[in-house]
Amino acid sequence: MSTKNIGDVILDVKNISLSFGGVKALTDISFNVREHEIRSIIGPNGAGKSSMLNCINGVYRPQVGAISFRGQTFSHMDSHQVATMGIGRTFQNLALFKGMSVLDNIMSGRNLKIKSNILLQALRIGPAEREEIMHREAVERIIDFLEIQAYRKTPVGQLPYGLQKRVDLGRALAMEPQVLLLDEPMAGMNVEEKQDMCRFVLDVNDEFGTTVVLIEHDMGVVMDISDRVVVLDYGKKIGDGTPAEVLANPDVISAYLGTSH
Amino acid sequence: MAFFLETLLGGLMAGMLYALVALGFVLIYKASGVFNFAQGAMVLFAALAMARFAEWSGEALGIGNPLVTSLLAFCGAAVVMFCVAWVIERFVLRHLVNQEGTTLLMATLGITYFLEGLGQSLFGSSIYKIDIGMPKDPVMILENVFEGGILLNKEDFYAALIAAALVALLSIFFQKTSTGRALRAVADDHQAAQSIGIPLNRIWVIVWCVAGVVALVAGMIWGSKLGVQFSLATVALRALPVVILGGLTSVPGAIVGGLIIGVGEKLSEVYLGHFIGGGIEIWFAYVLALGFLLVRPQGLFGEKIIDRV
Repeated sequence: MSTKNIGDVILDVKNISLSFGGVKALTDISFNVREHEIRSIIGPNGAGKSSMLNCINGVYRPQVGAISFRGQTFSHMDSHQVATMGIGRTFQNLALFKGMSVLDNIMSGRNLKIKSNILLQALRIGPAEREEIMHREAVERIIDFLEIQAYRKTPVGQLPYGLQKRVDLGRALAMEPQVLLLDEPMAGMNVEEKQDMCRFVLDVNDEFGTTVVLIEHDMGVVMDISDRVVVLDYGKKIGDGTPAEVLANPDVISAYLGTSH
Repeated sequence: MAFFLETLLGGLMAGMLYALVALGFVLIYKASGVFNFAQGAMVLFAALAMARFAEWSGEALGIGNPLVTSLLAFCGAAVVMFCVAWVIERFVLRHLVNQEGTTLLMATLGITYFLEGLGQSLFGSSIYKIDIGMPKDPVMILENVFEGGILLNKEDFYAALIAAALVALLSIFFQKTSTGRALRAVADDHQAAQSIGIPLNRIWVIVWCVAGVVALVAGMIWGSKLGVQFSLATVALRALPVVILGGLTSVPGAIVGGLIIGVGEKLSEVYLGHFIGGGIEIWFAYVLALGFLLVRPQGLFGEKIIDRV
């Protein structure tokens, strides 16, 4: 990890507050993400981690605050725009296209990149065919990378959970994102599956230089692979820094282990 | 034998017309996961628009040729259906992103009544006719094979051809194009589709436009057979068993389901009718669909529902 070349701030979250009616999901959250780093967001259940991700992804609109991506500042993000700017994501609860094959699921991640005319596509001629082959090759590389060659044509609904999580990651990778938002990619997995997933995340970060924003509950995993960690509790930021700094933070310890009164 | 074949052919062609209406349901369900109750109302609305446009354009431009006025009216009605699609997306669906299927179903129920009312107040509520210049006279075929030959209704035959062509086009669109893939993706999961940059709003407009055109073709063919009147909206109810039989998510399913229902209706009426007193045609489809629900709830070609417990 020491060889890693962490760059400038690519994503900057400033003073985000989000509430649903009277429930305050996030209160005045600020943190930044640097290029090529693995930035984790941790916190107990209900701390607002997924809400934070959904604000970055444009699913929720925060009432206060702003988000900057590559110097452009937005008061709220728009889902479609986020995708075109190069931010991909996976989901805590699997959100795959269940009726479609693994191949089609990952292929759908390249939707934004397919430019040829719909008529040419339907007839499979000329530039459309070349483009289809090119995208198919890219998808095949992802399938190889995630080691799911055997399930190419299987409808994803029939795959075991751990593999579905990989397809979810594959679909996000197909977008060739600059920033990848991973919402609990290892939730509900056994040790081996977790190790595989860790390896994939590290490889993506390492080989493609993709910046990763990771939400994860498994403290061991988070402390092992993260460059920096943000800690949320009840919608407030209680810690921010390297894994070692965060682990030494008394607020973090009390949030996780409780305090003595 | 000749009589059997004649009944079979009649059934197949009637089935193709059911399939056409069923296709409207399947399209919207496939692409947005909404069971569109308003499909029948859309058929009525489109047919009304087309019938009146043909009348008006004939009067205004002094064109007597029914083919020319029909063509103009078809284009006009298609534009109207595009507008309907846009309005439905802008004012109804856009506000219901990520909602339950039931919510969306109720919304389409509302759209049904709205369209039925609007159609009749805009275009009038009497009986109109659509004349697309289809030959109405039946022909005899295979006269040298069977004695007396087989009676074939030319109008039904052309209608079936049109329907088949439309189906082929739609299948290619869904399976081979990236827009088709995007449509299928949206049907499965709104949020995930958004996360990979599929513009939900545009997709919905596209699919309702396509469904509008399918409704228009169905309305045109049914309208030229039966006349354009309020009862056209209930044609959709006849297509419900077809959808159940074929599966809500399958374009080929809609076709095969339509053919089975069409043939089943005719054959049962002819061959079973006199045992139980006739009138089978009206309820046969529903009973068949009911039986199917017991055995294969997802329909013949529907996607098997796998739930992890």
